[in-house]
Amino acid sequence: MRRIIINTLIELAERDKDIVLITPDMGFSVLEPFFEKFPNRSINVGIAEQNAISIASGLALSGKKPYVYSIIPFLIERSFEQVKLDVSYMNTNVKLIGVGAGFTYGSAGATHHATEDIAVMRALPNMIVCCPGDNNEASEIIRLSILNDKPMYIRVGRHNRGIFNHKSLQIGKATIIEEGVDIAIISTSNMLPDAAYYCKQLQQQGRRPYLVSMHTIKPLDTTIIKELIDKCEEIQTMEEHSIIGGLGSAVAEVIAESGKGIKFRRIGVCDQYSHYVGSQKYIKKQFGLYYGED
Amino acid sequence: MGYPKLKEIRQTILEMVHRANVSHVGSAFSVVDILYTLYFKVASISPSNIFDPSRDIIILSKGHSSAALYSVLYHRGYLSQEAVDNYSLDNGSLPCHIDKDKSPFFEASTGSLGHGLSIGVGRALAKKMDTRSGTVYVICGDGEINEGSVWEAIMFAATYKLDNLTLIVDYNKLQAFGKTNEVISQTNLEERFKVFGWDSCSVDGHNLQVLEQVLRPDCKLKTKDKPFVIIANTIKGKGVSFMENKLEWHYKSPNDEQLKLALQEIEDKY
Repeated sequence: MRRIIINTLIELAERDKDIVLITPDMGFSVLEPFFEKFPNRSINVGIAEQNAISIASGLALSGKKPYVYSIIPFLIERSFEQVKLDVSYMNTNVKLIGVGAGFTYGSAGATHHATEDIAVMRALPNMIVCCPGDNNEASEIIRLSILNDKPMYIRVGRHNRGIFNHKSLQIGKATIIEEGVDIAIISTSNMLPDAAYYCKQLQQQGRRPYLVSMHTIKPLDTTIIKELIDKCEEIQTMEEHSIIGGLGSAVAEVIAESGKGIKFRRIGVCDQYSHYVGSQKYIKKQFGLYYGED
Repeated sequence: MGYPKLKEIRQTILEMVHRANVSHVGSAFSVVDILYTLYFKVASISPSNIFDPSRDIIILSKGHSSAALYSVLYHRGYLSQEAVDNYSLDNGSLPCHIDKDKSPFFEASTGSLGHGLSIGVGRALAKKMDTRSGTVYVICGDGEINEGSVWEAIMFAATYKLDNLTLIVDYNKLQAFGKTNEVISQTNLEERFKVFGWDSCSVDGHNLQVLEQVLRPDCKLKTKDKPFVIIANTIKGKGVSFMENKLEWHYKSPNDEQLKLALQEIEDKY
């Protein structure tokens, strides 16, 4: 997914000379093609995330279109106040590309995991939050990102499990990947492949699930959630993220304010850090978040 | 007269903080001569060029001294009297810490320390990328230099040879709990900047002639390919005897009697 994103960004940068790529010394063996093609628009600020964000803000205030790339905890958590004030509050055209969604960097440990990022980023006014679930969604979202001048957080995982959403995207509009009847599975980010396999299991149990990819968490597609409340008997959300504050919470808020009751379940990380040692797949299994053929 | 409005600018600051009953008058008085020199004498900034990418850019990173910026801009003719009269009051337009949305002359929203230099670095970098003229001036407090993010920006600016960036440190030697060098030692700031690859100098931050010389883009102390820092030795509360070098005026607002005394002192001195 990281390569898809950089290749898409290169395509955009060929047409738009204001695009600048900033990294706090992350992305070795991924960002080089951009660096080689656009050396004057590639900035390694060194291991200094706060500075990376505020420099991006300054560049945006001068009309540039900066994309800042790093691993999520360093990109937005180390520098959260810079993100809040210099990007969100000042409403600057800064795009934050955070890699390592959920347990993507599984064996690296909890310092490199990202399971609270959706919660904090969706609380920021002006901020668009997108969480692609496969390579198609990733390239679509990068392509769409240049069409707005808003602050944006793009949460990127590592995806080698195939394409699940073949449709073209619209930011803020969820994709119904499969129509269903009685239950809706709403997935975001890394969980899209798991959600697809989970739906197969449900079908085997005689249920007829909708599969919905909520690739944009903010602005949230409340219309589709309200439709699903009316059509279904049950809604479940799936995220490689804490069940506090992420997709599950966002959907719960819509259900609670709809005035209608529906059976509802949040599938995600239950308010804890991973102390497990192992791959993303292994850690997902420990948290009950892995669905697949193997 | 060589320095018009200097008296009125200080008096307006006193009236603003008194009316609103807010803090930071001491910080405003330590930085006001720097802002005055920039906006009245040196910088190319006016309503006609404020959206021109080649203009000079001034970022007041120590946003708590906003009253000084507002008063200077008002007396320069760039902010309305109504805005200044309603400073920090209900339904006013000028908050205690700067909100960029309130005027095109506010280049950044500041108030949390340690952001302005990095933003200024971004703006200086954009000028370099587009080969545009103009200097980016950033004003930090000496307490603010405690922030690690400031040093990230200092290292970056030297690496990227941002000779269109000038930092002014308002070195008033006091911060929230006491003397800056007792809270966190940072004596020899001038040398510290030098070893980080900057051109640096120390000046009297209330000597307007000297300030004008060092702030001009053709200042002889500046060399090619290096960012430039001016350590401006200032006095917190400068201009009002009972406020000068007194930590309490980081917090207090003058009462009616203090206001009267202070206004008279300024009247006599400037």
